[in-house]
Amino acid sequence: MNVRTIVLAAVLALLAPGIALAQGFAGLGEAADGFALPERGHAFEFPRDHGPHPEFRIEWWYVTATLTGADGRDYGVQWTLFRSARAPTDDGTWATPQVWMGHAAVTTPDAHRAAERFARGGAGQAGATATPTRAWIDDWELTSDADLSEGRLTARGPDFAYDLSLSADGPIVFHGDAGYSVKSTGGQASYYFSQPFFEVTGTLTLPEGDIAVTGEAWLDREYSSQPLGRTQTGWDWFSLSFDSGDKLMGFLLRDTEGDLFTAGTWITPDGTTEALPNGAFMAEPLEETRVAGRDIPTTWRVTLRAKGVDVTTTALNPQAWNDLVFAYWEGPIAISGSHSGKGYLEMTGYE
Amino acid sequence: MTRAALQALLSHWLRHPLQLLTLLLGLALATGLWTGVQAINSEARASYAAASQALGQGTLDRLVRPGGTVTADEFTALRAAGYLVSPVIEAQLPGGIDLRGIDPFTLPPSAGSPDLTAPDALARFMTPPGVLIAHPETAPAIRARGEAADTSATIPVGQAVGDITTVWRITGREDFDHLVIAPQQPFGLAPLTEVTDLEQVTPTSQNDIAQLTRSFHLNLTAFGLLSFAVGLFIVHAAIGLAFEQRRSVFRTLRALGLSTRRLVTLLALETAVFAVLAGLAGIGLGYLIAALLLPDVAATLRGLYGASVDGQLTLDPAWAASGFGIALLGAAAAAGQSLWRLARLPVLAPARPRAWAMASGRQQSFLAAAGIALLVLAGALLIWGSGLAAGFTLLGAMLVGAALLLPSVLTALLQALQPVARGPLSEWALADTRQQVPGLSLALMALLLALATNIGVGTMVSSFRLTFTGWLDQRLAAELYVTAQDSVQAAEVAALLDARAEATLPIRATDARLDGAPGQIFGVVDHQTYRDGWPLLLGDLTAWDAVALGEATVINEQLHRRSGLGPGDTVELLPGWSLPIAGVYSDYGNPEGQAIVAQSDLLARVPDISPLGYAARIEPAQAPALRAALVGLGVPPANILNQAEVKSFSLAVFDRTFLVTGALNLLTLGVAAFAMLASLTTLAGMRLPQLAPLWALGLTRNALAGLELMRAVAFALATFVMAVPLGLALAWVLLSVVNVEAFGWRLPLHAFPADWARLALWAMVAALLAAALPALRLARMAPARLVKVFADER
Repeated sequence: MNVRTIVLAAVLALLAPGIALAQGFAGLGEAADGFALPERGHAFEFPRDHGPHPEFRIEWWYVTATLTGADGRDYGVQWTLFRSARAPTDDGTWATPQVWMGHAAVTTPDAHRAAERFARGGAGQAGATATPTRAWIDDWELTSDADLSEGRLTARGPDFAYDLSLSADGPIVFHGDAGYSVKSTGGQASYYFSQPFFEVTGTLTLPEGDIAVTGEAWLDREYSSQPLGRTQTGWDWFSLSFDSGDKLMGFLLRDTEGDLFTAGTWITPDGTTEALPNGAFMAEPLEETRVAGRDIPTTWRVTLRAKGVDVTTTALNPQAWNDLVFAYWEGPIAISGSHSGKGYLEMTGYE
Repeated sequence: MTRAALQALLSHWLRHPLQLLTLLLGLALATGLWTGVQAINSEARASYAAASQALGQGTLDRLVRPGGTVTADEFTALRAAGYLVSPVIEAQLPGGIDLRGIDPFTLPPSAGSPDLTAPDALARFMTPPGVLIAHPETAPAIRARGEAADTSATIPVGQAVGDITTVWRITGREDFDHLVIAPQQPFGLAPLTEVTDLEQVTPTSQNDIAQLTRSFHLNLTAFGLLSFAVGLFIVHAAIGLAFEQRRSVFRTLRALGLSTRRLVTLLALETAVFAVLAGLAGIGLGYLIAALLLPDVAATLRGLYGASVDGQLTLDPAWAASGFGIALLGAAAAAGQSLWRLARLPVLAPARPRAWAMASGRQQSFLAAAGIALLVLAGALLIWGSGLAAGFTLLGAMLVGAALLLPSVLTALLQALQPVARGPLSEWALADTRQQVPGLSLALMALLLALATNIGVGTMVSSFRLTFTGWLDQRLAAELYVTAQDSVQAAEVAALLDARAEATLPIRATDARLDGAPGQIFGVVDHQTYRDGWPLLLGDLTAWDAVALGEATVINEQLHRRSGLGPGDTVELLPGWSLPIAGVYSDYGNPEGQAIVAQSDLLARVPDISPLGYAARIEPAQAPALRAALVGLGVPPANILNQAEVKSFSLAVFDRTFLVTGALNLLTLGVAAFAMLASLTTLAGMRLPQLAPLWALGLTRNALAGLELMRAVAFALATFVMAVPLGLALAWVLLSVVNVEAFGWRLPLHAFPADWARLALWAMVAALLAAALPALRLARMAPARLVKVFADER
């Protein structure tokens, strides 16, 4: 085994609980020893809840953006900060059980570039604070004012960088039951809220040069201690922004039995939400693409009968594979059919 | 026909089991020594590779603060600016374990990392109190200190790796020694040098250990080749004899209609089978030799170069195959000449065993010419050559050249003695001895090489030891050396020493780059101890006054030889701080450059040097009491070194260092003795026709046997006499050429005649033992066999 694999596998072992949700890995312990568990009826408080929740096992700040360049091309940007804890405490020293991982990616029609960072909490190298509202790892940073209305997003990899200004034209929205998002029929749940209304202007820096971009971004905030059922193997997560101004978040959780659990949120242009019960949101693969040695569905039919949605989503770049320690597919998609628009798709657990 | 021929050929070995044993044993011994040395070398190289990967020093640049440390805030600031750097802290655990603290999250993959893939391994590694990871040989010493230790064979012996936080807890520090810079930095950042005042350095790679130890391995390889060459002499003698003795059989077989081609094929097959058998035995023997010697080699490499080598031997197909190959090659080389002659043999050529022995005689003048050419080459290399490889080539040319000259010198010597001979018997003995030189020349060359190597290496080691002991006595002048645990304790130690000791010499040192390579700067206070105790090779005692005044520095011999800087030159110690050199001192056993300056000047430039080390001068009788008082202050006993202990430890390291050399010396001598036995046994059978007439003239068998013994001893003695100057030349080259190239210091040559006398005795004993068996046979030979000589065809 070469050194790289050793290091990667080591970090994997440590972060596995945090990644279990993102990737749909099974095997997370049922009991969340000492960690807090999400409860129905929880009252969020901002800006406090923009900051970290060390008492929960895992947490993330997840931004995806669909952008159009001054050159007329479409682009996608991802920025994610994961927090994973071995114990529900944080003493602020280098020995804290809180560890952090960052993922950043830029997708173009013909290239997908991704980078990752790791850090221990307490070193100041990575972390999050509610006031000022900030989440960072190294020089990758998400900052905003206290109500998430104006912000900035930066990241830098070996062959890309971006610096984007965010400006929200809608409110924070809560998924599931006022932010209590159920993830399986077994009752596993997380706290989950989003800011899907960011308008973006900024610059992508690629090897070929700087590109001025504009577009939309979607921030997801989620934290939990016990996110997935044991048999759940992966998920397909969609964030769709229709040209009508409506938005749809929906996900499918696959399990070893072949059963699906779906959930979602219908978001109107003014931020009114409607939680979708299991089975309302549906997505079925239409076309698979050979990606990184496996077949991954990159064209989907997404339906939500109650809203008359029956669309086909097509990947901007079917090879949007985040070839990182924890590898998964994440990229921008185009929507056509009953509605048109753009969105982001994340697919995990494809072996 | 083939079957019958094979039976006829092989029946020879049934009738001559000793010859068969000689052949197989010779080849097995040669292969064994070769394989053993290869095994040791490959094991050591694998350890260097593992160490260089584990330390990640071979490839990655670092950020350091000259003379200081890096703070956690500096690390975080660089990360926040986007640079991929990772902190490393280094410490020494008592007992000489090198402890390294790393941050597994940011350590670049190519910097190497302990294997933390086991479930929970990383969590255990970094969760307080933290687990250290060490080699299975090292882990018990760590556990004995109360630290948890996991084992991993990928960590070099004598080292341990822990999380940054674990090493912080153990050392009480909260900073880093350096930051490792990831080879690939993110897109579009300014060069690191523009954003930090830390210095970017390319560390001395582990390749340097490979460099340093190269001479040691060359040494071993040379020994292996030498043994193999000596072994080949044996095999050549045995195979040659077997061919000659079977000439009549060959003639008969050919006369019966066996084709030359088939005969040669059968004999080649026979040789191949022997080579395979002996090769297998040799590989087993080589494994045994390597397994026995490896712990000492490991200790040597550790003691001399700080290179960690695993003391455990693993059977590597590579060197096993190389041993096998060399056995086949050796047998082919030994049998080739005989097969060639056989292929061109006329069917009815007379069987003349004597011809074989004489054949090599015709080559004598050719050999002498080649020998002279090699000696000329050696001389040329001595004058114009440079570098370690040239040094070893010089050694090889000198040894082989002298060996090739040996038969001619012996013949000339015997010829010169001829007029001195009185009476027919002594005249005959001299003439007969001269006639035997060609037959014995291979064995005698082997003996010469073995003896010269013994003398040369023995002289080098003893000279080294003598110089080293004297140097230790001077250099370790202070009676006690104390290392306090922290600055508070250091102050208490200083106060106690001021009150009780005759003199207290604080020791302050910092790492620095001297002449572009890592080295140390020592800051000393002015004291008579330095004038008395630091042997200056260049410069006089006023050098110490200049150092005390801060006007100059003295440097060690290694730095002097490497940089070419000497008294009168100026050396840069720290960036922006240069001093003229006032003297050069000897500093054996240290591969790095060193400079000594006035302590106040050093502290003024590098204020944060750890102020923990002290040397104390005191009446030796009072040292134990002072030691007890220091322990009373809470200084760990392991941190107080007694001068006597240091000396005995240093000498123990030294002696172990050359244990391997001694063992190989003995083995080579043994092989040479065996070569002589083989040659004498061979000759004894062939010489019967020459001895039988003497017996018939009235000389008893015992008298003849006695003559044979005397002759063997005389040969050994003559060879020894020639081995002494050759050995001394070898020692001189080792001390003054190879040593300077490999270690950076030159040693004076001391002669040890008593050792030579002992060796001469051994050589004669070996010769006597080798001659004893043939002589005994002669003494007990049935008179009928001697009579038969006259009845036989020859």
